[in-house]
Amino acid sequence: MNRVACRDFIVGLFVLAALVTIVFLSLGVGGLAYSTGTPLRLYANFDEIAGLKTRAPVVISGVKVGQVTEIVLNDDFRARVVIDVDGSLELPVDTSASIITSGVLGDRYISLMPGGEIDFLKSGEEIAFVESAVVLERLIGKLIHGAGTETE
Amino acid sequence: MGECDHIRLEDVSMAFGRREVFTGLNSCFPRGQISVILGGSGSGKSTVLKIIGGLVRPHSGQVWVDEENITQLKERQLYQVRRRIGMMFQGGALLDSLTVFENLAFPVREHTKLGEDEIASRVRRCLEAVGLNDVEDLLPGQLSGGMTKRVALGRALMMEPVILLCDEPFSGLDPISIRRIEQLLMRINEEFSITIVVVSHHIPSTLRMAEQVLLMLPGATVAGSPKELLAHDDDRVRGFLHEDFGGDPDLQVESIEGSHGEKNWSRSW
Amino acid sequence: MVNAIQELGAKTTRFIEELGRIAVFTWLIVRAVFRPPPRIRPFIDEVFKVGVMSLVIICVSGVAVGAVLGLQGYNTLVRFGATESLGAAVGLVLFRELGPVLTALLFIGRAGSSTTAEIGTMVATEQLDGLRMMAVDPIHYVITPKALAMLFVMPLLSSLFILFGLGGGYLVGAQLMGVDPGSYISSLQNAIVFKDDILSSLIKALTFGCMVGVISTFEGYSSAPTSSGVSRATTASVVVGSVSVLIVDYLLTALMGV
Repeated sequence: MNRVACRDFIVGLFVLAALVTIVFLSLGVGGLAYSTGTPLRLYANFDEIAGLKTRAPVVISGVKVGQVTEIVLNDDFRARVVIDVDGSLELPVDTSASIITSGVLGDRYISLMPGGEIDFLKSGEEIAFVESAVVLERLIGKLIHGAGTETE
Repeated sequence: MGECDHIRLEDVSMAFGRREVFTGLNSCFPRGQISVILGGSGSGKSTVLKIIGGLVRPHSGQVWVDEENITQLKERQLYQVRRRIGMMFQGGALLDSLTVFENLAFPVREHTKLGEDEIASRVRRCLEAVGLNDVEDLLPGQLSGGMTKRVALGRALMMEPVILLCDEPFSGLDPISIRRIEQLLMRINEEFSITIVVVSHHIPSTLRMAEQVLLMLPGATVAGSPKELLAHDDDRVRGFLHEDFGGDPDLQVESIEGSHGEKNWSRSW
Repeated sequence: MVNAIQELGAKTTRFIEELGRIAVFTWLIVRAVFRPPPRIRPFIDEVFKVGVMSLVIICVSGVAVGAVLGLQGYNTLVRFGATESLGAAVGLVLFRELGPVLTALLFIGRAGSSTTAEIGTMVATEQLDGLRMMAVDPIHYVITPKALAMLFVMPLLSSLFILFGLGGGYLVGAQLMGVDPGSYISSLQNAIVFKDDILSSLIKALTFGCMVGVISTFEGYSSAPTSSGVSRATTASVVVGSVSVLIVDYLLTALMGV
């Protein structure tokens, strides 16, 4: 009987460890149920988001403060990006948002640049000052095109 | 039919692939008696046993076991019939991950709600009946050939069957063990009046214990009591019985036809 | 020429027959799962045999594969100056492909083959027929707990493989090659999405577990009752299992479209 009980215990340990692993991978790495407390929800409209994806990080001065939760197309054909940032942040209303690429070919993320106004952005409000993404291919295309016209 | 109706084969044919093993086999195994199926290698005697147990379905014909036509039964109904049958396999067929005790207790735990005490006492009774003690905690791999066969016999008796099928109970055993198993079977038959069907090619023990013999020769089957067969008109019948009779049982050529020799691994599904 | 076509026809027929048999076998297992009594004791024993006993090989292989990925990823990414994405590279490869697939392949070699051999031996020694004669369905008592245990254990092993792989990549990338540990972890966190990566990883692992469970028990159950039959069945179990895992992996990846 003792042998059986010992074996059961080991099996139990194994299953427990594996389940903890799954939970850890899901929460810690996969970012499931990320929010702790109610986040500050902001909107920003961009002309070009160029490969920005949901769950892309939102940073201030390089520190991650939130993530992109949704991207939809607006009626005026601009990209409407929904951003959830830490609810305790007090961002001035003239804060600007820009889409930045990490490295030359790296992921895109949103960087917030806090402004100087006294009023703070409230949840559901829109960030007025935006800077769209730079599309590398378009830049290169322009360069080549420009070079072509010059020689003609 | 009278007392001849405990197990009855009617016009049973069996073939593996294109090779016919036997056709139109008719046979009866009387209630409460020891019957022995004799035959050479490849005569299909083990297959007859498997057909009776419902492990192999015959191509045609009917098989009546304990008043039920098992050829008509579905797999699940077949399991009901099998509860009344005990089978002792050639190699024992003990579950090798369980101890001897657990092996014997297994069918009882599966099919009854008996308490552990009752199971333990029944296991002890069955082990005593086959003349074994102090083996309860051994694993099947630790048993000798003769002990394995006796444990297998004990397990076959656990569910108090009305029919006991024995596949080659004497193969691979020394003369003393053969005598012991033989006497065990006769005593079990007497004490519990169980119908016993033995498949064997061991002539001396057959002549000693059989009340009825089914001799399967290529193309023909002959049935009768040992005395009748010894005085049979057909030379081949007498030849088969006399050839080996009196010979050293140890020198008996082991049947190449193991219980599975027929290359039949088609499943009933 | 005619012979060759005939041969091809015969092979195709045999293949389809085999598929049909596996389908019937799978159905029998599924039916047996819901038939009382539940086989809890054999199931736990099987989880021990196929799960706990596979732990060492899974964890060691996980670290090794993760380390290789870390090294290769670093050497590739360093050319683009994108070594801070190493975590993402290692993570994505592990979650989406190598985790479930390599775990399945290792699992086939470690647990699938031994399961096939065990069942094959039980067939050869008439233990399954013995069960039938004791009015116990061998599918219910022997096969189903084994197949279920494999199905149950695969996602667990795959997750552990991934965890250890991530650790291996971290050791090589961050400790050895000097990638910033913070950016390794944050790029990993940013790249891995629960729905796309972790869920599909688990689905793959479950599917593979199901396949390995059915194939290895089927090969054992339908093996010829001889020692050469058991050895052939074991080989077939490993070959059929591995190949079908790789093919189904492609199909799943295409289907889930991530």
